[in-house]
Amino acid sequence: MTDEVTRLASFREEIADWIEAACPATLRGGAIGEDGIVWGGRNWTFANPDQKAWFDAAVAKGMTAPMWPQDVGGAGLSRPQEKIYREEMARMNAPPPLESFGLWMLGPALLHFGTAEQKAMHLPPVVRGEVRWCQGYSEPGAGSDLANVQTRAEDMGDHWLINGQKIWTSYADKADWIFALVRTDREAPKHKGISFMLIDMRSEGVTTRPIRLISGKSPFCETFFDNVKVPKDYGAGGSAIVGELNRGWDVAKYLLTHEREMIGGGARGLLGGRSLGEFIGSLEESVAEDPVIRAEAMALEVDSLAFGLTMERYKDRAEGGKGVGDASAMLKYYGTELNKRRYELLMSASGSAGVEWDGPHGSLAPEWLRTKANSIEGGTSEVMLDILSKRVLGMPSS
Amino acid sequence: MSLSLLETEDETMLRDSARGWLADHAPIAALRKMRDGGQTFDAGLWREMAKMGWAGVLAPESAGGADMGHRAAGILAEEMGFGLTASPFLSTAVIAATALQGAQEKLAAIAAGEVIYALAVDEATKHAPERTSLYADRIGNGFRLSGTKVFVADGSAAARVLILARTSGAPGEALGLTLFDIDADRIGLSRMPRATVDSRDHAELRIESVEATGEDVVGDVDNAMAVLAPALRAGQAGIAAEMLGLAGGACAMTLGYLKERKQFDRTIGSFQALQHRAAHLWSEIEVTASAVAHAGRMLDTDPIAAEMAVSLAKARASKTADLAVREGVQMHGGIGMTDAYDIGFYMKRARVAAEWLGDYGYHAARVAAARGF
Repeated sequence: MTDEVTRLASFREEIADWIEAACPATLRGGAIGEDGIVWGGRNWTFANPDQKAWFDAAVAKGMTAPMWPQDVGGAGLSRPQEKIYREEMARMNAPPPLESFGLWMLGPALLHFGTAEQKAMHLPPVVRGEVRWCQGYSEPGAGSDLANVQTRAEDMGDHWLINGQKIWTSYADKADWIFALVRTDREAPKHKGISFMLIDMRSEGVTTRPIRLISGKSPFCETFFDNVKVPKDYGAGGSAIVGELNRGWDVAKYLLTHEREMIGGGARGLLGGRSLGEFIGSLEESVAEDPVIRAEAMALEVDSLAFGLTMERYKDRAEGGKGVGDASAMLKYYGTELNKRRYELLMSASGSAGVEWDGPHGSLAPEWLRTKANSIEGGTSEVMLDILSKRVLGMPSS
Repeated sequence: MSLSLLETEDETMLRDSARGWLADHAPIAALRKMRDGGQTFDAGLWREMAKMGWAGVLAPESAGGADMGHRAAGILAEEMGFGLTASPFLSTAVIAATALQGAQEKLAAIAAGEVIYALAVDEATKHAPERTSLYADRIGNGFRLSGTKVFVADGSAAARVLILARTSGAPGEALGLTLFDIDADRIGLSRMPRATVDSRDHAELRIESVEATGEDVVGDVDNAMAVLAPALRAGQAGIAAEMLGLAGGACAMTLGYLKERKQFDRTIGSFQALQHRAAHLWSEIEVTASAVAHAGRMLDTDPIAAEMAVSLAKARASKTADLAVREGVQMHGGIGMTDAYDIGFYMKRARVAAEWLGDYGYHAARVAAARGF
């Protein structure tokens, strides 16, 4: 225990020194907008040299994927070390050096289900920010009923022939590769004929079209597959299919659980680098002292703090090998509903200044509208409540 | 001391053994029996709890205590809340044992289950220690106390009472208060039992020219908060834990009913409208459990900085228990309104516990103040 505490304390010092040295002060100003995020990819250009310097330093140390094994380029940190890394990053206002669907989703899927060849081909480029991934799950007829995907993958001997349409593919227009759920067996029951497939977006027949949301411009796209040929084997990179053929639903479910934990976490604690207290303090006095706004702000702060602790508890549980499983639906449900509440408060506290598209509070209005999707994407709140009631509480089916 | 909010193996063992023992020795049926018999305290039950080390949960081993810490005390309180066990655990083993830190003989008596304590702080309808106006006038080398204290939990069963009195300053000021440790039978002190909805022991104390000496003072004169504030924090974390357990108990009873009750030829738990409400309640309980565990950990590792964590726990627990009992009664339908069914006991205890040692608004405001607004 004491040894462990000492080791972690010196790790904290070490990592703080490293962040201090590697992350330029210009990047540590607090709130980072969409422009401040480094997504990586074949066509990526950095916003400024400081951003690149921080990214390069992190890649060299494996800190873009702190918990991934070192043989795929990660830093191989333990869970307590990773927690310290996050805490020190937050304390020093350092932005993540790289964010991507490859880190959040493809990586966990391959680490769990992938072959050695698949890991070796796909993970190092993700860690180094060289390949940008997007997720192809939903379809016009497969929303909450995701297992109803109809995009077809026909077996053509040496390759698959893909036809169909995906929707809500975030950043598909900027992505290099897509991991998609495709139907490989049309005769089987709907959960049992789906495969999890890796497809190069440069393939002939792939097109994307952006979707405009109620909040304005969005990263969401529609992605079309028109007679797209996907090789069954990427040479030494192994199969195009992750996990077993027709068992893609297992991979998807695993990833959905992972995704829920991530979306739930987005609602935690700080918002745009500002605490609720600071936001209230920045308001006109008559608004800051409004008893209704104060009461809601207090209630929100209480719930946000308790939810933040719950995120930590669940992460500890997952790391301790006790598993979170279906209970992660709670994090997704609670975190996204909390975030919507937070934005409702920010909007009402901002008054008429909040309703301008580009007013004194910057992009508050579009952000507020965007939060309405939080409880829809990645499984609606209602689907989360279904999962909790059936699988956690054991309520009977109708 | 562990920093993770997860339970250690020892803590899980403590929880499991407490739950089993309480189900056998102090189920809701025992509370009902006490109420029907006009009783609010079971001396035999408290003796048994003392034998298991619960009365000495916070007392040091040198005083015969188990010295298990606040997280462990919270686990015991939570399990007592789960089945609505009535005992002076929080008043005595948690609050008094914290206030009397260092007083070896008194702690030994508490740990042995020989002395029951009550805490007499509030004088009006809401928790507000600094508004104390019960005066202790200096008479020669001693004091003479006069005033009234309300909502004194375990006030009838207690052999000793910790009384907060004003020795200087004006009501509203945190300084100028002194904590007295007084024999409950001392001349001039009368205790009026108040029949509260939860069927627990609550009393009003009338204090008319009660004499006290310097030896009765806990901590320093005019500086009660130095000893009382930690005791209040411990008690608030404890009652938050009890309310978390209470919410869990009410939820479990309700889930059981949803899985068994049939209407329209189906189990009502198969209706999505009820499933979603149950799942929402469960989510709130999970989130509150984190706040309660955090409060216990903070009291064990950094008690000075624990105030916000404790208020967070009490605020959350009040809201969550309130939701659990309202949903519990509603989802039980008509039978939930009958006295013969147990869910109503949860509702009554939740309302009383929500008021004790600071309500939701009191604690939410403390959290907000700590967070800068």
